Amino acid sequence: MIELIRNTKIDFMGKRFYAFGLTGVISILGLIAVIQVARGTANLGIDFAGGTAVQVKFEKNVPLHDIRIALDEGGLSDFDLQDLPTENKILIRVKKGEETLGGFSEKIISILSQRFLNNKPVVDSTTEIGPKVGAKLRKDALLATIVAIIGILIYVGWRFQFRFGVGATIATFHDVLAVLGLFYIMGREINLILVSALLTIAGYSLTDTVVVFDRIRENLKLRQRESVEVVMNSSINEVLSRTIITSTTVLLTSIALFFFGGEVLHDFSLAMIMGVIIGTYSSIFVASPIVLIWGKRPFAKK
Amino acid sequence: MKKNVRWRFILIGITALLSIIFFLPSTPVFQSMPEWWKKNMPNKGITLGLDLQGGLHLVFEVEGEKAVDVTAERIAASLKEILEKKGLKAEVKKDALGITISPANNEIKKAVEDNYPILTLIDSGGGRFLYRLSDKEINRIKDSSADQALETIRNRIDQFGVSEPTIHRQSTNEIVVQLPGVKEPKRAIEVIGKTALLEFKLLDDENPIAAQLPASVLPGDEEKLIREFGPKIPIEDEILFERVVNKETGRVTKRVYLVKKQTLMTGDLLTEARVNIDTRFNEPYVSISFNPAGAKLFEQITAANIKKRLAIILDGNVYSAPVIQDRISGGNAQITGTFSMDEAKDLAIVLRAGALPAPMKILQNVTVGPSLGRDSIDAGVKAGIIGAILVIAFMIFYYKLSGLIADFALVLNILLLLGAMASLNATLTMPGIAGVILAIGMAVDSNVLMFERMREEIRAGKTPRAAVDSGYDKAFLTIVDSHVTTLITAAVLFQFGTGPIKGFAVTLGLGVAINLFTALIGTKTVFDLINSRREVKKLSI
Repeated sequence: MIELIRNTKIDFMGKRFYAFGLTGVISILGLIAVIQVARGTANLGIDFAGGTAVQVKFEKNVPLHDIRIALDEGGLSDFDLQDLPTENKILIRVKKGEETLGGFSEKIISILSQRFLNNKPVVDSTTEIGPKVGAKLRKDALLATIVAIIGILIYVGWRFQFRFGVGATIATFHDVLAVLGLFYIMGREINLILVSALLTIAGYSLTDTVVVFDRIRENLKLRQRESVEVVMNSSINEVLSRTIITSTTVLLTSIALFFFGGEVLHDFSLAMIMGVIIGTYSSIFVASPIVLIWGKRPFAKK
Repeated sequence: MKKNVRWRFILIGITALLSIIFFLPSTPVFQSMPEWWKKNMPNKGITLGLDLQGGLHLVFEVEGEKAVDVTAERIAASLKEILEKKGLKAEVKKDALGITISPANNEIKKAVEDNYPILTLIDSGGGRFLYRLSDKEINRIKDSSADQALETIRNRIDQFGVSEPTIHRQSTNEIVVQLPGVKEPKRAIEVIGKTALLEFKLLDDENPIAAQLPASVLPGDEEKLIREFGPKIPIEDEILFERVVNKETGRVTKRVYLVKKQTLMTGDLLTEARVNIDTRFNEPYVSISFNPAGAKLFEQITAANIKKRLAIILDGNVYSAPVIQDRISGGNAQITGTFSMDEAKDLAIVLRAGALPAPMKILQNVTVGPSLGRDSIDAGVKAGIIGAILVIAFMIFYYKLSGLIADFALVLNILLLLGAMASLNATLTMPGIAGVILAIGMAVDSNVLMFERMREEIRAGKTPRAAVDSGYDKAFLTIVDSHVTTLITAAVLFQFGTGPIKGFAVTLGLGVAINLFTALIGTKTVFDLINSRREVKKLSI
């Protein structure tokens, strides 16, 4: 039997105040990110902000500088460039929601193909999103997150007790906020793919939390004479190896996705990597302590 | 007990086999299968999303307001006639507010309400009536214009020749069009989006202003010209342009016409539009045929206007303005102009398919080139294989023989997931591939839960068989709970997501459901099989 962790007796609950400090910082960061997204000052992807994105592939590598000059001289302003030097690909984004679509992408393509005659650009993809759709997608994403959280609260509240539902929901919310906050600080694009990564993280983190809660519930029934804090601590210790092993396998696949999954899934897998780590932390240090301090009523024997 | 195990084993075998049969068409192997297999076995496989096979995703907004406006205008014109016929002297005007009729008296009011009960009187002050279409009627027009637009788009795409298009209404006024594998996205967008309002109007050549107008202007200068001459042109006239391409130089100019605003005829009386080649100049033109009513009307118009010029106008642009040489009977006409062959074909398509009831605006346009899709699939498959190998190796390293059993469940999991997707003909998108890969990472979670339990039981001194049984029993509820919570997020993603995100939700949801099956039935069967053969002294875990 290979064991990473055996018979640990870590006092997780005792460290809850340090954890709350860290959690508080993370949550505030996440909330700032939410506010910035709502105000439109974060690095929003064009699916939320509206605008045009054109991805072109060149035969040979082209320095970003040359493209910038070409587009500037072609009369474009307010664009973002991002490159993937290994694949000679450039992503050009114009975040201006036009009423009538179609103008920018055509202009960009014609400027580039005239300018780089012997290094012909091939259009990989163009995305044009009107301001109306951007606003709608933003609203839908927010709604989806809220509905998912309510659904989780109801299910966990029904399967366990309401206070467990609260603990699980806060821990889940915390993870979503944390990854969003990290993406915001890193200046990475916040787009629809990130939202689906966030919801996946929510699902994953919840799974983790539910496994811990299940053990706590089981032990509360068996060991009624001990204090809740002690039972929680030993429960978390008991499932610690499972928590770490599962996180490891999900991390392994997320890392494979990060390095080999291609450009489209790069940010998605980055978010997953962060989410798995944070989700593991929160199921230990956030979810149970909240249940512990939530109200002083004795735990019913459910 | 033994029999039970055998049945479960057969069940697993059958589902695995079915999955392979369903997934086969998605692999290159399918091409080399014998004919009878291709004919009689599932042959659809997994559909690739637009982001993987390339193509066009468009969201159009039908501007129903415009259709409402046109209806109001038509009603105003008809009211004018009705009142005239009744000998009632009245002025009928359609403007931004609605339909204004003055003077305001009871006779007029009665005539209006008898003929158009769909009008609502909203104001009667100042010696005039102000009518507007009722809200119910406005909604009906908007709704039916979206319906009609959908039908028209479908017709046009069918004739344009796209295999497996998806066209549906997303909300009251939004239409989603997906065209996988389209090679000329720009042309497709034009064919779909053209309003295709065909009108016949007379030129106003006798008006002295016509002689003052320049023969043509450069593209971009149209507005300037209209501003310059705007105050001078009579109210019943307007300036329209024809795009002319010089054959030798390729230069584009805009020919200027002074056209009477009155529409003599529209394209709704058309039955056929075909591309023909003018043998003299080897140029394509579009010949159109009218239905009997249209033919009669066209004959009347041409007879009454011999030697005058008739402009053929599509969506506000003049296509040609031939001189009417003689009365034209038989219901055939031609639209000439400087077309390329493709332009003439597209024009014929939109004319045949009918006009859109209202103009449309593009809200969202996502075009994916075919090479990006190919790259994405390759990267996804590579990441999937590497991820799977890492997890498989880790499980064997950590749990030894039991790890191998978990790996069996993992492989079964991937197989069933792919088979389920193929049998449901689900669409695989790029995020969907991520879903599959993540499912690989999460698939072993149930087994990890059980294995950890079993280890605890063994440490507590239980026999291997008892450890397996109670490990499964105790982990069961936890596994169900953890799967349901993930299913909730998948359901939400499916409900609120569009396109690729929906594809992700499908794979995530299916992955979780299949995982429950493989975790609870798959591995347990293997353990039972081992335990039933002989008394296992030591569990390799």
